[in-house]
Amino acid sequence: MTGTLLALALIFTQLSLLAFGGGNTILPEMQRQVVEVHGWMSARDFTALFALAQAAPGPNMMVVTLVGWQVAGWPGLLVATLAKFGPSSLVTALVLGVWDRFRDRPWRKVAQAGLAPMTAGLVAASAVLITEASVRDWALGAVTGAVALAALTTRLHPLWLLAGGALFGLSGIGQG
Amino acid sequence: MQDAGLRRPGLSELFTGFLLLGLTGFGGVLPMARAMMVERRRWLSEAGFTDLLGLCQFLPGGNIINMSVAVGLRFQGARGAVVALLGLILAPSAIVIGLGSLYARFQDHPTLRHLFAGLAAAAAGLLIATAVKIARPIWGRAVPMVIAGLFFLAIAVLRLPLLPTILVLAPLGILATWWAGRRKEAGRAA
Repeated sequence: MTGTLLALALIFTQLSLLAFGGGNTILPEMQRQVVEVHGWMSARDFTALFALAQAAPGPNMMVVTLVGWQVAGWPGLLVATLAKFGPSSLVTALVLGVWDRFRDRPWRKVAQAGLAPMTAGLVAASAVLITEASVRDWALGAVTGAVALAALTTRLHPLWLLAGGALFGLSGIGQG
Repeated sequence: MQDAGLRRPGLSELFTGFLLLGLTGFGGVLPMARAMMVERRRWLSEAGFTDLLGLCQFLPGGNIINMSVAVGLRFQGARGAVVALLGLILAPSAIVIGLGSLYARFQDHPTLRHLFAGLAAAAAGLLIATAVKIARPIWGRAVPMVIAGLFFLAIAVLRLPLLPTILVLAPLGILATWWAGRRKEAGRAA
C-alpha cells in the first residue's frame, strides 16, 4: 500500500510540473504510467474514468482524483490530488511575486510561443490514444466522429454531446 | 493594481466564488471565471484578469487551477490560495467520486456497459475537437507543425516517456520558433 501511494505521489508530482498547456497534454503519460508501467487498470477502464470526469463539472483534470481513488481508495485519492495540484500551485505562487519583473521580457514571449506547438502535438496525441482505447467498433467510431464534428461546427453544450453518446451507447447498436 | 470600483474579496467570498465556479463550469471554466471575477463580483479589472491569465497559461498546471491560486494569494495570502483552490476542486471531486462508484458498481452490467462505452466514445470526440481547435493557429506554418509532429510521434507513436521527450524537444521547439521569427523579421527588413 505504501509503495503504491509513493508511486502515485511520484507520478502525479511529475505530471503536475510537466502540464504545460493544461491537463489534456499529460493524458498520454498518465495512461502510460497507470496502464502500461504499473498495470493498475486496463486502457479501457482508464478511458472510462476519463469520460466520467468529463461528464462532471469543474476543472478538466478531475480524472486524477478518480484514478487515485480507483487505485488506492481514499488515501490514493488524497495523495494523487495533492500531488497533481500541489506542485504546480506552488510554482504559480512563487512566480506570481516576480511576474511583474519578467512579464514583458522578450524571452518570456519567445518561450511561450515556442511551447504552443508542443501543446498542439501533445493534445493531438491524447486524442488519438483515447480514441484508440474507446472506439472498439464502427458504431462507437461513428459516435466519436459525430461528436467531434458537432463540437467543431455547432455551439451545442459539451454535456449534451456526452449525453447523446451515452444514450446511443445504451441502445447497444453495433456493440456485440 | 486595485482600480476604483474593484472589491477585495475575503476568505469566505473566495471560497464561495470558486465553489460556484467548480460546480457550474463544464468543459472550459475560463469564460465563466472571467464573467465572475471581472463582471459580477468585480475582484479584478479586465486588464488585471488578462494579465493573470497570461501567467497561468505560461506555467504548468490547469489554467483555472493556477488562476484560483494566484487570485487567492493576491487577495488573502497563502490562506487565500488554499481556500480558493479547495473551493474549486471540492465539489467536482465529490461528484466525480459519485460517478466513479456508479461505474465500479455497474461496469459489468450488460446494458450499462454499453452506456459507458458510448460515453467514452463521445468524450474521445470532444478531445478530437479540442485538438483541432488548438492546432488551428499553427496550421500551415512549417516550423511549428514540424515541432508539433515530433511531439506527436514521440508520445502517440513511439510511446516514449514524457519527461525526456520534453527535456529534449521543448528547448528545440523554443529555439526553432525563435529562429523562424528572426528570419521573418530579417525578410521584412530586407
